[in-house]
Amino acid sequence: MSTQIEQQETETEADEETEPEVESPGDRRRAQRDERQAQEQAQREVEEETLDDEDTITLKVFRYDPEVEGKQEPRFDDFRVPFHKGMTILDALIYARDHYDSSLTFRHSCRQAVCGSDALFVNGRQRLGCKTQISELDDPIRIEPLPHQEVVKDLVVDMEHFYDQMEAVEPYFDADETPDDKLEEQRQTRENREKVKMSTRCIWCGACMSSCNIAAGDNEYLGPAAINKAYRFAMDEREGENRKQERLRIIEQEHGVWRCQTQFSCTEVCPKDIPLTEHIQELKREAVKNNLKFW
Amino acid sequence: MYEHDVIVVGAGGAGLRAAIAADEEGADVALVTKLHPVRSHTGAAEGGINAALQEGDSWDLHAYDTMKGSDYLGDAPAIDTFAKDAPEEVIQLEHWGMPFSREDDGRVSQRPFGGLSYPRTTYAGAETGHHLLHTMYEQAVKRGIEVYDEWYVTQLAVTDHDDPEDRVCHGCVAYDIKSGEIQGFRANNGVILATGGLGQAFDHTTNAVANTGDGCAMAYRAGVPMEDMEMIQFHPTTLPSTGVLISEGVRGEGGILYNDDEERFMFEHGYANNEGELASRDVVARAELTEVNEGRGVEDEYVDLDMRHLGEERILDRLENILHLAEDFEGVDGLDEPMPVKPGQHYAMGGIECDENGETCIDGLYAAGETACVSLHGANRLGGNALPELLVFGARAGHHAAGKDMKTAEIQTGPSAKSEPGDVQPPVEPGAIDAGSDDVAADGAAVEPKAVLESTVEQERQRVETLIESDGINHAEVRADVQETMTENVNVFRTEAGLEKALQDLRTARKEYENVAVEDPSRTYNTDLIHTIETRNILDVAEAITLGALAREEFRGAHWRAEHQERKDDEWIKHTMLAWNEGTPELYYKPVILEGDEETYEPKVRSY
Repeated sequence: MSTQIEQQETETEADEETEPEVESPGDRRRAQRDERQAQEQAQREVEEETLDDEDTITLKVFRYDPEVEGKQEPRFDDFRVPFHKGMTILDALIYARDHYDSSLTFRHSCRQAVCGSDALFVNGRQRLGCKTQISELDDPIRIEPLPHQEVVKDLVVDMEHFYDQMEAVEPYFDADETPDDKLEEQRQTRENREKVKMSTRCIWCGACMSSCNIAAGDNEYLGPAAINKAYRFAMDEREGENRKQERLRIIEQEHGVWRCQTQFSCTEVCPKDIPLTEHIQELKREAVKNNLKFW
Repeated sequence: MYEHDVIVVGAGGAGLRAAIAADEEGADVALVTKLHPVRSHTGAAEGGINAALQEGDSWDLHAYDTMKGSDYLGDAPAIDTFAKDAPEEVIQLEHWGMPFSREDDGRVSQRPFGGLSYPRTTYAGAETGHHLLHTMYEQAVKRGIEVYDEWYVTQLAVTDHDDPEDRVCHGCVAYDIKSGEIQGFRANNGVILATGGLGQAFDHTTNAVANTGDGCAMAYRAGVPMEDMEMIQFHPTTLPSTGVLISEGVRGEGGILYNDDEERFMFEHGYANNEGELASRDVVARAELTEVNEGRGVEDEYVDLDMRHLGEERILDRLENILHLAEDFEGVDGLDEPMPVKPGQHYAMGGIECDENGETCIDGLYAAGETACVSLHGANRLGGNALPELLVFGARAGHHAAGKDMKTAEIQTGPSAKSEPGDVQPPVEPGAIDAGSDDVAADGAAVEPKAVLESTVEQERQRVETLIESDGINHAEVRADVQETMTENVNVFRTEAGLEKALQDLRTARKEYENVAVEDPSRTYNTDLIHTIETRNILDVAEAITLGALAREEFRGAHWRAEHQERKDDEWIKHTMLAWNEGTPELYYKPVILEGDEETYEPKVRSY
């Protein structure tokens, strides 16, 4: 199903939050400083109030459940969530779920941009919920599942196709030879490690694949994440020349690197700043060089 | 029903290593995991992997440091095995393509870490866990190991013999998150629990939302004792607003801690005159909170961690990830200003009692990684020792479950290892509200594997039905109450009154839990249901932590008690054990083994 639907607003909720006061043991020194800070704080608050009188934000969240009546037709629900400094999209979604609607469904785990679970389509762009600050977005905030992927429920998409493409590039280190001695490491130059470093940062979030027009039109296209994975191994000097040849053959196939039209959308949305398009281009050059060699 | 030789529950570092090991032995192995493997929290580990690799270093120095770090609560056979196996495991990882940071000669780099007598921490930038996790998942893919991802294991299928040591584990029951299907997973050789941490029992934690102590809680209820549960590590450098971890690598590279008076308090206030910032984690965490409590905290809440003097080049080379974390989650530029840090729950040293081969007292049930307690870390884990633990004990459990002939374990498990009864006096009754109910497969005749599986599946079906069909309160309220009291009362500084208060609050939370219900009626990706089941697990582990903390009337490692300010070696070199006992928990003690292969470790005053 598509996520591109008419917007229907079905509910509005608001809640007031009071911050509990925490008592801590104090001494005179602290009391003095507290007083000083209280004055500064009061001043800041006056300033902030004049700047911004909003203390809640509105989320417009895509809802869909194939088996629950009323959710089978995709819709958008509104949630009004109290805002605090530093609040992320993930924080706001958790707040809405725990306070308003426990059926609101989204993947999340580490909340520090390393597990790659919460790539979402926020205000028209692929982003990781946990590292996207609400303060940087226009209100209301529209949150949808990743485009071009099957929606399982609410913000959860089916990742199987993404995983299949990753597996298609034989995404594992497979050296021509490894030392016989179980205590002897392979050597790798700092330069070579540096070369593959960015490519090893991929967290399999799927943002790049979702942003890619080519992948949207060609279901068999390996896609930026998988090609980057191939790059990670093809450029690793520890694997050896034979393996590299095999890797280049894989990415040169009909639905491989040559499909990329260097639109840079993947590079723009990558939450780990991996230069995906550059990596794809470099593999194209490697493939050309390689083919010339065998002419 | 699915059937495999070995079922591994959880697919982080320990689970993946166990599965690869079982596969190496020719077993048919499957990973059953509530998160896709690359989502596991091993990926968030930052600092590194300790192993004695260089000339001048040796396994016995690593073992000595680990024993000292454990404050003499680790068991020597576990520590010796660990330190001996770690080098091969680390090089194995290198052979699997792990992108380690390198020296100019192309060898794997090693850096200093807290509590280590030699710079033996290998690393890959400040994102070592991410690379370890992905490298091992890649190897699992290479071997074609079957993964049931987004299948949540909710219960173990264990026979119901009276004595836990007579029980046999024949598999487990899992819930397919995507479809709502409940299935039995028959394990012909064994089930390995590798479910990771339990940080969600606290509200300021470095742990993921998924770290809910599932393995501990399931094993506990099936009859495996929990060991040293009070031993919780609070990491000294977490970001104040989110609990996101700032690696010990920052201090390993030379980062300095300052209080609000810009004093380098680790030295200037005498917390660790030799090692300063690189003292053991428990020492630094207490020092920071003492500074705050005495009014020298920044904003009365945290201290500053400054790495600016290391220079941009070195920071980008070795700690780049830290810059991103500080920027994204605290809005601080680590190149320009110090980073605010405070202690946060980080790691459970205790867990499922098992031996050097990962075996628990229940036949066919294993544990490895953070959910397990071998006991390697005792009262305090050294930085850089968790990742090699995953490798060493994950591999050993996998090999053993797959039938490899291994040296008989020296560590004794199960209630028969009891050396003396416990004498804790909780203010309220702990354990199940309805003691003796369905926590172990209840059919008196269930000893035949298929029957055990079937009755456990039926039990879980009913549990899910009941949760979905009844009306009641949302689990999130109960979970928040548990986290709040744990963070308030079972934190770095612990008082008797606080621990008793926590037990009372936990009892109230348990009663509240009797009224929880799942509002979402859907069988499709029902996270409301998953989180509700997790909250039950959080309750059981939180109570076990607090009971252990109340029982241990001394100050050892991470466990600090206001009324008991000394390490009492005559009385307390023993493990706190907690048996579920069909819902009426029983506390007892088991001796610590200090006799190692090369030496008998003599408890010394632990100073850094």
